[in-house]
Amino acid sequence: MTYDKLNTSTPWQDLTIGGNIYDAGNAREFKTGDWRSQKPIWIEEKCTQCGLCFPVCPDDAIPVGKDQKRKDFNYDACKGCMVCAKACPFKAIEKEV
Amino acid sequence: MAYNHKEIMAERPSRLTSGHRMCAGCGAPSVARMILRAVKPEDHAVIANATGCMEVSTFIYPYTAWTDSFIHTAFECAGATLSGAEAAYKSMKKQGKLPEDKNTKFIAFGGDGGTYDIGLQSLSGAMERGHDMVYVCYDNGAYMNTGIQRSSATPRFADTTTSPAGTVIPGKMQVRKDLSKVMVGHHIPYVAQTLAMGNYKDLFEKAEKAIYTEGAAFLNVLAPCPRGWGYNTEDLIQINKLAADTCYWPLYEVIDGKYKITYKPAKKLPIEEFLRPQKRFAHMFKPGNEWMIKEFQDEVDSRWQELLDLEEMTNKE
Repeated sequence: MTYDKLNTSTPWQDLTIGGNIYDAGNAREFKTGDWRSQKPIWIEEKCTQCGLCFPVCPDDAIPVGKDQKRKDFNYDACKGCMVCAKACPFKAIEKEV
Repeated sequence: MAYNHKEIMAERPSRLTSGHRMCAGCGAPSVARMILRAVKPEDHAVIANATGCMEVSTFIYPYTAWTDSFIHTAFECAGATLSGAEAAYKSMKKQGKLPEDKNTKFIAFGGDGGTYDIGLQSLSGAMERGHDMVYVCYDNGAYMNTGIQRSSATPRFADTTTSPAGTVIPGKMQVRKDLSKVMVGHHIPYVAQTLAMGNYKDLFEKAEKAIYTEGAAFLNVLAPCPRGWGYNTEDLIQINKLAADTCYWPLYEVIDGKYKITYKPAKKLPIEEFLRPQKRFAHMFKPGNEWMIKEFQDEVDSRWQELLDLEEMTNKE
């Protein structure tokens, strides 16, 4: 099913029976980055990879690789709540001004 | 297995994806995600969700943010729905209709409205029948989804749209229901109360115990709501920490009736520290309202003392 073609005027015949969704986790395709009014910036040099910011993101926008290190933000998902910046004890996440 | 934070974060991918429509800075998604990380990667999960913020914003047709099976039914029946699914699974497994070596875990999520109030009877039934499931309540202390109406989880004196603080009433007039103790009263194998703090160790370990304890288990998790509580959105983890340090939200578990407090703050902070950053308690700091803070503090103290006593009493040889 092509999700981007569905809208409020899509006829019911084109919807899945019972409103079932067969593509688990497809919300990843829905970008929430445009909600953002503040932008966190990750400063790699200051980051000690302590791990305190890894789990705090409500939007799963902090990718952690198999090497147990964080990567740069996924700005398609980040809503700019800045919880990660407050959780960082090393000031390695700053607000963009 | 000792908790290895970075390994867990790297090896267990998120089972609640991005792209859900919870508010920026909401306390609930990171809690749900960490709880689902406690499910072993090879196991499948079936998740039932009572109506609430989490349900309406993670499952907006045609998108789902859950990578496992997800069922939404009405507000009052997450417990009933999931216990039915679990019973069907058990029966099908017995009949040999499902593979022997594949395991499915059953987890229900509900907000405090769907758990403390509306879903209480179906939850109580599911726990009493001893289904092999976990019910997780993410407690944000009011009906946040519909516009911050008071629930039985709302603390006394909190300002909500149906208990507005003013000259007539001082905010919510009744004390908060202690649901974790209600669940202990069901004599189920595992009950715990926790929140997201530091490296989420407490939350993960309790989730793991709850999910892999045979029989019914209940988790009560504090999930701050920046909209309803009126604190600065970025202070999520700090608010959680204050809730634990003031003993407003004690962290404990009850295994087969034995209480164990898992976090005793080195220095118990006065409750003002927790109340001050939140707009819903702002009226308590006006001159003439000192009695509210005192009564709030007294209640927190007596509940904390009760918990200490229970721990001592239930662990006697």
